[in-house]
Amino acid sequence: MSVAQPNGHFEIVAQARGVRNCFGPQTVHEGLDLDVRRGEVLAVVGGSGTGKSVLLRTLIGLNRPAAGSVLLFGQNVYAPGMQNTSPLAKRVGVLFQQGALFSSLTVLENVALSLIEHARLPAAEAMQLATLKIALAGLPADAGNKLPMELSGGMIKRAALARALALDPDILFLDEPTAGLDPIGAAAFDQLILTLRGALGLTVFLVTHDLDTLYTTADRIAVLANRRVLVNDRLEIVAAIDDAWIQEYFHGPRGRAAQAARDRVS
Amino acid sequence: MNASDDARLELRDNGDMPSLCVGGAWTLSHYQALTPRVTDLRGRVGPGMEIDFSSLTALDTAGARLLCELVGAERLKGTLTNAALTAEQRTLLETVASSFAVSGMPPQRRYQFGDVLEHIGKATYAFRDHLVGLLGFIGLTLEKLACTACRPRRWRVAATIAQMEQIGFNAVPIVALLSFLVGAVVAFLGATVLAEFGTTIYTVDLVAYAFLREFGVFLAAILVAGRTSSAFAAQIGSMRANEEIDALRVIGLDPVEWLVLPRVLAMVLALPILTFIAMICGIVGGMTVCALHLSISPAMFLSLLDANIDPRHFFVGIGKAPVFAFLIASIGCLEGFRVSGSAQSVGEHTTSAVVQSIFTVIVVNAIAALFFMEMGW
Repeated sequence: MSVAQPNGHFEIVAQARGVRNCFGPQTVHEGLDLDVRRGEVLAVVGGSGTGKSVLLRTLIGLNRPAAGSVLLFGQNVYAPGMQNTSPLAKRVGVLFQQGALFSSLTVLENVALSLIEHARLPAAEAMQLATLKIALAGLPADAGNKLPMELSGGMIKRAALARALALDPDILFLDEPTAGLDPIGAAAFDQLILTLRGALGLTVFLVTHDLDTLYTTADRIAVLANRRVLVNDRLEIVAAIDDAWIQEYFHGPRGRAAQAARDRVS
Repeated sequence: MNASDDARLELRDNGDMPSLCVGGAWTLSHYQALTPRVTDLRGRVGPGMEIDFSSLTALDTAGARLLCELVGAERLKGTLTNAALTAEQRTLLETVASSFAVSGMPPQRRYQFGDVLEHIGKATYAFRDHLVGLLGFIGLTLEKLACTACRPRRWRVAATIAQMEQIGFNAVPIVALLSFLVGAVVAFLGATVLAEFGTTIYTVDLVAYAFLREFGVFLAAILVAGRTSSAFAAQIGSMRANEEIDALRVIGLDPVEWLVLPRVLAMVLALPILTFIAMICGIVGGMTVCALHLSISPAMFLSLLDANIDPRHFFVGIGKAPVFAFLIASIGCLEGFRVSGSAQSVGEHTTSAVVQSIFTVIVVNAIAALFFMEMGW
């Protein structure tokens, strides 16, 4: 669904070039290149410890790489003056793995916070808009008054999604959106992401372990291995790559089951 | 600002067929400007009125929400098919209209005068429950202690010794320093007041009485209450948040026996030792001030101490230490068990453990002082 421009090129929303990340003696990424095209759902997969979440944090400006450049909407994320007060914050929505909802605020206040602080809306109007985002994320209206600790895992993810969508971002970063959800909740969340992508014209960058999410939502898949992006392409092409990990991942018992599930649906 | 940066909403009156013209950028940045226009025109939008989207340049969820408010979600969906909208804008409006229909302000909680009384009532009940819970927990601990006392195989000696190092040995420097300083301050006070009567020699008695009967055990207990009951609550609380307590139970081990008994025993053994150290250091503090300020030499100080002070004062003081120790350790452990999952809860109960144990130490000490006075000890 990524939109090709007339000359056949894709508009690149996020771009990493030659990124190197290391923690102490351990190098996680080395010479990593990645493009995220406008309007696509890009899924990042990889074994444990291959630095999927680190890559996400690097792209959104939370983890300065030791080398290389990261561009979001053509602007260097790590340029001086771009941190924290970054104008990019208004165009980027992030769903953290545990939701990271502010525990002292209700769901409604969590969503309204950036509307009040960034869009400078009066509280009453911010609350109105926030109720809409909560409904968009598929939460019942009475969830708005609850504190994060009163929510179930699935509701926390939806509330965090509502907060990520508050400012109508252009790109949404999702860290393991379906981890810890039951299969029905996970499938509903996949559909929600697809619906919102279609309705809001979002670009989605998602890190996942969930093969069903991969088969349902992803337009392209980036495989992290050997400290870089091994391949970044459509599912059929990635699944056909001759690499031991990829073959095991896509053609192991769970991979086959997820594929069969998708084939039954379509 | 050019025209495309602006958001417009007009009611066009062409004869008997009025139409609504929606133009410009209906986005979040114009939300505030558009809201009064929408409220204004909402009552005048008749059924079957045409909506002209032809000059709409941009639309996001904020703008879509206003459109829903203007014409109603159901009607908006109905007008979409023949409107001059791009495919993306149509999907956006449809999705937002569906969500708008089910969204709503949750009812707000109002506050009133009666809430204060309600709060007082709840707090009273909570205090009673707390007290009952603490007594129950103390009973449970004593029962487990009695059960394990006759089975040496189940004594957790290593854990108890490790806790004693934490509670007792590591606290020696701070206890020693603070009691030395308080001892010096008491001696200064005594010297100042007694100088008016010319009986500064009784400063020795003052320091010795104060530290043997009250201050030694009191200072040690307060310090341990702040230092260790919070540590107990945090240790057991984070284990509880991490489901480690449940794991212990599932394996068939008793959390009270494994976690509480070593801590309580270590505390009961360590606090009297700390109390003794506090007494010595306090008296040395007083002795230092006497030597420097009142020219009572240490040798004279000690002989006065020996002649005037009965050993029963020492036993009155140190006898309170195991009681305080037991209460402090029980409160710390109980607060740890009361943690309910989140990190925030660990913090709340740690604070509560410190406040409760200091409160208890002061109250019990006051009761004990009355009791000993009446008994003439």
